[in-house]
Amino acid sequence: MWSCSARAGVTFAFAVVALSPLAQAHEPQQVVIHKLVFTAPDITMHVGNVVEWVNTDAMAHTARSKPDAPGGKWDTLLPPKTTVKQQMNTAGVFEYDCRFHPNMKGRITVLTK
Amino acid sequence: MNPTSIAAQFTTALFLAAVSPTFAADKPTDPQIAHIAYTAGVIDIKAAELALATSKNDDVREFATGMLNDHKAVNDMALALVGKLGVTPEDNDISKSLVAGADAKATELKALSGPAFDKAYMQNEVAYHKAVNAAVADALIPSANNAELKALLETGLKMFQGHQLHAEMVAAELP
Repeated sequence: MWSCSARAGVTFAFAVVALSPLAQAHEPQQVVIHKLVFTAPDITMHVGNVVEWVNTDAMAHTARSKPDAPGGKWDTLLPPKTTVKQQMNTAGVFEYDCRFHPNMKGRITVLTK
Repeated sequence: MNPTSIAAQFTTALFLAAVSPTFAADKPTDPQIAHIAYTAGVIDIKAAELALATSKNDDVREFATGMLNDHKAVNDMALALVGKLGVTPEDNDISKSLVAGADAKATELKALSGPAFDKAYMQNEVAYHKAVNAAVADALIPSANNAELKALLETGLKMFQGHQLHAEMVAAELP
């Protein structure tokens, strides 16, 4: 289930610093997109946790898994200046890129509870 | 070699020929760089508009929509920056050569339809972004004096490199 909301970029910068990968695993983990870079390109969470994509760019991006991703492929649209939440319901290592700009890459490791 | 491949190479050569000799002799000024970068964006926006008016292929149309939105976004950022800096973009021989080359390419594309158009458009997008990336990386960024202009060009380069990869993927999957 996704949801979108516009927020201020400065807030996100502080939030990313405050969150460590597993210390607050019950909280959504942010991946801020800034100047065509996934700024937290390698994060770890547990099944059921939420990744919060924060697109601060003026252009749309996507977060697209590999076609053979565990549990089935996904391709999440990230409109400009929005935040999109994505719950990770399957364990595994998910390499992803942006469908519109495939030079943008990242990885999410989802652990079983 | 087929005609569309030759045309794509011609476009690349045209861009590089337009940029290289002038830069070798005399580095462009920031107002000229701003004009060249903005013009390069406008050219791809017009090509995308032609693709959206012509193509029925979903992947090509999605790519063209992305080009339209991305280049408009970056050009808006460029306009905001030159306004902030009090810089007036300055037309120059490179910009004029780019427009002339794009007009010739548009004439060629307008004569095509269906899969032939899709193939020619996507091949040109690959070649065009490859040429723009080389020019931005090797000529425009090193020549830019203003730090904010240089930073915007670097962001633009990341975006154009992404477009090139996306174009290559779409072109490779065309029927």
